[in-house]
Amino acid sequence: MLIRIIVVIALVLLLWLGTRRMKIVPGRGQAALEFILNFVRKGIVIDTLGEKDGKRFMPILMTFFFLILGMNLTGTIPPFLMAGTAVPGLPLLLAVVAWVMMIYAGLRRNKWRYLKNALFLPGVPWPLYFLLTPIELISTFVLRPVTLFLRLLMNMVAGHMLLVLCFSATQFFLFTVLANGNLIGFLGIGTFAFGVVFTFFEIFVAALQAYVFTFLATIYIQMSLAEEH
Amino acid sequence: MLNIVGQLAPLAFGLAAIGSGIGVGIIVGKTIESVARQPELQGRLQSLMFLGIALTEALAFIAIAVAFIPFPAPAAG
Repeated sequence: MLIRIIVVIALVLLLWLGTRRMKIVPGRGQAALEFILNFVRKGIVIDTLGEKDGKRFMPILMTFFFLILGMNLTGTIPPFLMAGTAVPGLPLLLAVVAWVMMIYAGLRRNKWRYLKNALFLPGVPWPLYFLLTPIELISTFVLRPVTLFLRLLMNMVAGHMLLVLCFSATQFFLFTVLANGNLIGFLGIGTFAFGVVFTFFEIFVAALQAYVFTFLATIYIQMSLAEEH
Repeated sequence: MLNIVGQLAPLAFGLAAIGSGIGVGIIVGKTIESVARQPELQGRLQSLMFLGIALTEALAFIAIAVAFIPFPAPAAG
Protein backbone atom coordinates (compact mmCIF):
# COMPACT_ATOMS: atom_id res chain seq x y z
CA MET A 1 0.00 0.00 0.00
CA LEU A 2 2.73 2.42 1.03
CA ILE A 3 4.73 1.38 -2.03
CA ARG A 4 1.86 2.32 -4.32
CA ILE A 5 1.47 5.75 -2.76
CA ILE A 6 5.22 6.35 -3.07
CA VAL A 7 5.15 5.25 -6.71
CA VAL A 8 2.25 7.53 -7.56
CA ILE A 9 3.96 10.50 -5.90
CA ALA A 10 7.22 9.68 -7.70
CA LEU A 11 5.44 9.42 -11.07
CA VAL A 12 3.60 12.69 -10.59
CA LEU A 13 6.82 14.45 -9.58
CA LEU A 14 8.76 12.95 -12.47
CA LEU A 15 6.21 13.87 -15.10
CA TRP A 16 5.55 17.29 -13.60
CA LEU A 17 9.17 18.29 -13.19
CA GLY A 18 10.11 16.65 -16.48
CA THR A 19 7.57 18.58 -18.52
CA ARG A 20 7.52 21.89 -16.64
CA ARG A 21 10.17 23.68 -18.62
CA MET A 22 9.95 22.31 -22.13
CA LYS A 23 12.66 23.44 -24.49
CA ILE A 24 12.64 23.30 -28.25
CA VAL A 25 16.05 21.65 -28.16
CA PRO A 26 15.50 19.02 -25.46
CA GLY A 27 18.06 18.27 -22.78
CA ARG A 28 18.96 14.73 -21.87
CA GLY A 29 16.18 14.17 -19.31
CA GLN A 30 13.53 15.72 -21.49
CA ALA A 31 14.67 13.66 -24.46
CA ALA A 32 14.37 10.43 -22.47
CA LEU A 33 10.92 11.34 -21.21
CA GLU A 34 9.80 12.42 -24.66
CA PHE A 35 11.07 9.17 -26.11
CA ILE A 36 8.83 7.14 -23.77
CA LEU A 37 5.83 9.42 -24.20
CA ASN A 38 6.24 9.39 -27.95
CA PHE A 39 6.64 5.63 -27.99
CA VAL A 40 3.31 5.13 -26.23
CA ARG A 41 1.59 7.89 -28.18
CA LYS A 42 2.78 6.98 -31.64
CA GLY A 43 3.86 3.37 -31.36
CA ILE A 44 0.94 2.01 -29.38
CA VAL A 45 -2.10 4.27 -29.47
CA ILE A 46 -2.14 6.21 -32.73
CA ASP A 47 -0.80 3.35 -34.85
CA THR A 48 -3.66 1.14 -33.64
CA LEU A 49 -6.58 3.50 -33.14
CA GLY A 50 -5.85 6.21 -35.68
CA GLU A 51 -5.41 9.93 -35.07
CA LYS A 52 -8.96 10.89 -34.00
CA ASP A 53 -9.93 7.98 -31.75
CA GLY A 54 -6.39 7.73 -30.48
CA LYS A 55 -6.53 11.23 -29.04
CA ARG A 56 -9.80 10.46 -27.24
CA PHE A 57 -8.41 7.41 -25.47
CA MET A 58 -4.87 8.74 -25.06
CA PRO A 59 -5.06 9.92 -21.39
CA ILE A 60 -6.24 6.65 -19.93
CA LEU A 61 -3.95 4.45 -22.01
CA MET A 62 -0.98 6.64 -21.14
CA THR A 63 -1.98 6.34 -17.48
CA PHE A 64 -2.06 2.55 -17.82
CA PHE A 65 1.43 2.47 -19.25
CA PHE A 66 3.12 4.72 -16.72
CA LEU A 67 1.26 3.32 -13.71
CA ILE A 68 2.08 -0.27 -14.60
CA LEU A 69 5.68 0.56 -15.48
CA GLY A 70 6.23 2.37 -12.19
CA MET A 71 4.50 -0.26 -10.09
CA ASN A 72 6.38 -3.09 -11.82
CA LEU A 73 9.76 -1.45 -11.41
CA THR A 74 9.43 -1.30 -7.62
CA GLY A 75 9.85 -5.09 -7.71
CA THR A 76 13.55 -4.61 -8.48
CA ILE A 77 14.43 -1.34 -6.73
CA PRO A 78 16.22 -2.16 -3.47
CA PRO A 79 14.34 -0.28 -0.72
CA PHE A 80 10.97 -1.69 -1.86
CA LEU A 81 11.65 -5.04 -3.59
CA MET A 82 7.94 -5.73 -3.89
CA ALA A 83 6.08 -4.88 -7.07
CA GLY A 84 2.92 -2.87 -6.54
CA THR A 85 1.25 -5.10 -9.13
CA ALA A 86 2.23 -8.36 -7.42
CA VAL A 87 -0.87 -8.31 -5.21
CA PRO A 88 -4.25 -8.82 -6.86
CA GLY A 89 -5.87 -5.45 -6.13
CA LEU A 90 -4.18 -3.16 -8.64
CA PRO A 91 -4.13 -5.47 -11.70
CA LEU A 92 -7.78 -6.31 -11.02
CA LEU A 93 -8.68 -2.63 -10.94
CA LEU A 94 -6.76 -1.92 -14.14
CA ALA A 95 -8.32 -4.90 -15.93
CA VAL A 96 -11.83 -3.84 -14.88
CA VAL A 97 -11.17 -0.29 -16.10
CA ALA A 98 -9.91 -1.64 -19.44
CA TRP A 99 -12.97 -3.90 -19.71
CA VAL A 100 -15.45 -1.13 -18.96
CA MET A 101 -13.68 1.15 -21.41
CA MET A 102 -13.79 -1.50 -24.13
CA ILE A 103 -17.56 -1.97 -23.73
CA TYR A 104 -18.16 1.77 -23.40
CA ALA A 105 -16.24 2.46 -26.61
CA GLY A 106 -18.27 -0.13 -28.51
CA LEU A 107 -21.66 0.95 -27.18
CA ARG A 108 -20.92 4.64 -27.74
CA ARG A 109 -19.84 4.14 -31.34
CA ASN A 110 -22.10 1.38 -32.58
CA LYS A 111 -25.04 1.52 -30.13
CA TRP A 112 -26.67 -1.91 -29.83
CA ARG A 113 -25.12 -3.09 -33.06
CA TYR A 114 -21.97 -3.50 -30.99
CA LEU A 115 -23.40 -6.48 -29.14
CA LYS A 116 -24.69 -7.91 -32.41
CA ASN A 117 -21.26 -7.49 -34.02
CA ALA A 118 -19.49 -8.97 -31.03
CA LEU A 119 -21.75 -11.93 -30.50
CA PHE A 120 -22.99 -12.90 -33.96
CA LEU A 121 -20.20 -13.34 -36.45
CA PRO A 122 -21.31 -12.43 -39.98
CA GLY A 123 -21.28 -14.97 -42.77
CA VAL A 124 -22.06 -18.02 -40.68
CA PRO A 125 -25.10 -20.28 -41.27
CA TRP A 126 -27.58 -19.51 -38.49
CA PRO A 127 -27.71 -22.90 -36.70
CA LEU A 128 -24.05 -22.44 -35.82
CA TYR A 129 -24.96 -19.45 -33.67
CA PHE A 130 -26.13 -21.84 -30.94
CA LEU A 131 -22.51 -22.99 -30.73
CA LEU A 132 -20.61 -19.80 -31.59
CA THR A 133 -22.49 -17.19 -29.59
CA PRO A 134 -21.70 -18.65 -26.15
CA ILE A 135 -18.05 -19.08 -27.16
CA GLU A 136 -17.85 -15.49 -28.36
CA LEU A 137 -19.62 -14.29 -25.22
CA ILE A 138 -17.13 -16.02 -22.97
CA SER A 139 -14.05 -15.16 -24.97
CA THR A 140 -14.92 -11.49 -25.44
CA PHE A 141 -16.52 -10.50 -22.17
CA VAL A 142 -15.00 -12.93 -19.68
CA LEU A 143 -11.65 -14.22 -20.89
CA ARG A 144 -10.28 -10.87 -22.11
CA PRO A 145 -10.35 -9.05 -18.76
CA VAL A 146 -9.44 -12.21 -16.84
CA THR A 147 -6.34 -12.81 -18.95
CA LEU A 148 -5.36 -9.14 -18.73
CA PHE A 149 -5.58 -9.41 -14.95
CA LEU A 150 -3.85 -12.78 -14.61
CA ARG A 151 -1.07 -12.01 -17.09
CA LEU A 152 0.06 -8.92 -15.24
CA LEU A 153 -0.40 -10.34 -11.76
CA MET A 154 1.22 -13.72 -12.40
CA ASN A 155 4.19 -12.27 -14.27
CA MET A 156 4.98 -10.15 -11.25
CA VAL A 157 4.26 -12.88 -8.70
CA ALA A 158 6.37 -15.43 -10.56
CA GLY A 159 9.24 -12.96 -10.95
CA HIS A 160 9.10 -12.12 -7.27
CA MET A 161 9.11 -15.81 -6.28
CA LEU A 162 12.07 -16.46 -8.57
CA LEU A 163 14.11 -13.70 -6.97
CA VAL A 164 13.12 -14.85 -3.49
CA LEU A 165 14.17 -18.42 -4.33
CA CYS A 166 17.54 -17.37 -5.75
CA PHE A 167 18.49 -15.03 -2.94
CA SER A 168 17.21 -17.18 -0.10
CA ALA A 169 19.18 -20.10 -1.56
CA THR A 170 22.25 -17.86 -1.60
CA GLN A 171 21.67 -16.95 2.02
CA PHE A 172 21.22 -20.60 2.96
CA PHE A 173 24.27 -21.90 1.09
CA LEU A 174 26.70 -19.17 2.03
CA PHE A 175 25.76 -18.49 5.63
CA THR A 176 24.48 -21.85 6.86
CA VAL A 177 26.10 -24.62 4.81
CA LEU A 178 29.46 -22.99 4.12
CA ALA A 179 29.72 -21.62 7.65
CA ASN A 180 29.43 -25.20 8.90
CA GLY A 181 32.46 -26.15 6.81
CA ASN A 182 30.63 -27.97 4.01
CA LEU A 183 32.13 -27.09 0.62
CA ILE A 184 28.80 -27.62 -1.17
CA GLY A 185 28.04 -24.14 0.14
CA PHE A 186 29.98 -22.69 -2.80
CA LEU A 187 26.83 -23.35 -4.85
CA GLY A 188 25.68 -20.10 -3.27
CA ILE A 189 27.88 -18.18 -5.70
CA GLY A 190 25.96 -19.73 -8.60
CA THR A 191 22.56 -18.95 -7.12
CA PHE A 192 23.67 -15.39 -6.43
CA ALA A 193 24.73 -15.00 -10.06
CA PHE A 194 21.34 -16.33 -11.17
CA GLY A 195 19.63 -13.89 -8.84
CA VAL A 196 21.49 -10.95 -10.34
CA VAL A 197 20.71 -12.10 -13.88
CA PHE A 198 17.04 -12.55 -13.07
CA THR A 199 16.94 -9.10 -11.49
CA PHE A 200 17.87 -7.61 -14.86
CA PHE A 201 15.41 -9.94 -16.54
CA GLU A 202 12.71 -8.62 -14.19
CA ILE A 203 13.44 -5.05 -15.27
CA PHE A 204 12.92 -6.15 -18.87
CA VAL A 205 9.71 -7.99 -17.94
CA ALA A 206 8.40 -4.92 -16.10
CA ALA A 207 8.69 -2.78 -19.22
CA LEU A 208 7.38 -5.57 -21.42
CA GLN A 209 4.28 -6.13 -19.30
CA ALA A 210 3.47 -2.41 -19.25
CA TYR A 211 3.77 -2.41 -23.04
CA VAL A 212 1.70 -5.57 -23.48
CA PHE A 213 -1.10 -4.47 -21.16
CA THR A 214 -1.43 -1.10 -22.86
CA PHE A 215 -1.19 -2.64 -26.32
CA LEU A 216 -3.86 -5.25 -25.60
CA ALA A 217 -6.21 -2.68 -24.05
CA THR A 218 -5.75 -0.55 -27.17
CA ILE A 219 -6.43 -3.49 -29.46
CA TYR A 220 -9.59 -4.43 -27.55
CA ILE A 221 -10.85 -0.85 -27.88
CA GLN A 222 -10.02 -0.90 -31.57
CA MET A 223 -11.96 -4.14 -32.05
CA SER A 224 -14.94 -2.60 -30.26
CA LEU A 225 -14.81 0.49 -32.44
CA ALA A 226 -14.68 -1.47 -35.69
CA GLU A 227 -17.93 -1.46 -37.63
CA GLU A 228 -17.84 -5.07 -38.73
CA HIS A 229 -15.38 -7.83 -38.13
CA MET B 1 -1.84 -49.00 0.34
CA LEU B 2 0.44 -46.47 -1.30
CA ASN B 3 -0.26 -43.04 0.07
CA ILE B 4 1.07 -39.97 -1.68
CA VAL B 5 0.73 -36.58 -0.07
CA GLY B 6 1.51 -33.30 -1.78
CA GLN B 7 0.37 -30.61 -4.12
CA LEU B 8 -0.83 -31.17 -7.66
CA ALA B 9 -0.59 -27.50 -8.61
CA PRO B 10 3.13 -27.52 -9.55
CA LEU B 11 2.45 -30.53 -11.79
CA ALA B 12 -0.36 -28.61 -13.48
CA PHE B 13 1.98 -25.72 -14.06
CA GLY B 14 4.60 -28.03 -15.51
CA LEU B 15 2.10 -29.52 -17.95
CA ALA B 16 0.81 -26.09 -18.98
CA ALA B 17 4.35 -24.82 -19.45
CA ILE B 18 4.99 -27.52 -22.09
CA GLY B 19 2.25 -26.11 -24.29
CA SER B 20 3.11 -22.47 -23.95
CA GLY B 21 6.81 -23.27 -24.25
CA ILE B 22 6.23 -24.86 -27.63
CA GLY B 23 3.99 -21.97 -28.64
CA VAL B 24 6.48 -19.28 -27.67
CA GLY B 25 9.23 -21.23 -29.44
CA ILE B 26 7.24 -21.34 -32.67
CA ILE B 27 6.41 -17.62 -32.46
CA VAL B 28 10.01 -16.53 -31.85
CA GLY B 29 11.39 -18.92 -34.46
CA LYS B 30 8.95 -17.68 -37.11
CA THR B 31 9.77 -14.09 -36.23
CA ILE B 32 13.48 -14.72 -36.67
CA GLU B 33 12.74 -16.39 -39.98
CA SER B 34 10.68 -13.44 -41.18
CA VAL B 35 13.28 -10.91 -40.07
CA ALA B 36 15.91 -12.86 -41.96
CA ARG B 37 13.77 -12.61 -45.07
CA GLN B 38 12.74 -8.98 -44.66
CA PRO B 39 15.01 -7.12 -42.23
CA GLU B 40 13.25 -3.79 -42.88
CA LEU B 41 10.10 -5.06 -41.11
CA GLN B 42 11.95 -5.83 -37.89
CA GLY B 43 10.28 -3.22 -35.66
CA ARG B 44 6.76 -4.17 -36.64
CA LEU B 45 7.47 -7.90 -36.39
CA GLN B 46 9.02 -7.47 -32.96
CA SER B 47 5.93 -5.81 -31.52
CA LEU B 48 3.73 -8.51 -33.06
CA MET B 49 6.07 -11.13 -31.59
CA PHE B 50 5.72 -9.70 -28.08
CA LEU B 51 1.96 -9.59 -28.49
CA GLY B 52 1.88 -13.23 -29.56
CA ILE B 53 4.17 -14.23 -26.72
CA ALA B 54 1.94 -12.43 -24.22
CA LEU B 55 -1.16 -14.18 -25.51
CA THR B 56 0.48 -17.61 -25.48
CA GLU B 57 2.15 -17.13 -22.12
CA ALA B 58 -1.21 -16.32 -20.53
CA LEU B 59 -2.08 -20.03 -20.58
CA ALA B 60 0.88 -20.88 -18.40
CA PHE B 61 0.05 -18.04 -16.05
CA ILE B 62 -3.51 -19.27 -15.68
CA ALA B 63 -1.95 -22.54 -14.53
CA ILE B 64 0.10 -20.73 -11.88
CA ALA B 65 -3.09 -19.10 -10.66
CA VAL B 66 -4.59 -22.55 -10.05
CA ALA B 67 -2.34 -22.92 -7.02
CA PHE B 68 -3.99 -19.90 -5.41
CA ILE B 69 -7.58 -21.09 -5.79
CA PRO B 70 -8.76 -22.10 -2.30
CA PHE B 71 -10.04 -25.61 -2.91
CA PRO B 72 -11.65 -27.19 0.15
CA ALA B 73 -9.22 -29.58 1.83
CA PRO B 74 -10.13 -33.27 1.47
CA ALA B 75 -11.44 -34.96 4.58
CA ALA B 76 -8.63 -36.67 6.46
CA GLY B 77 -8.67 -40.46 6.44
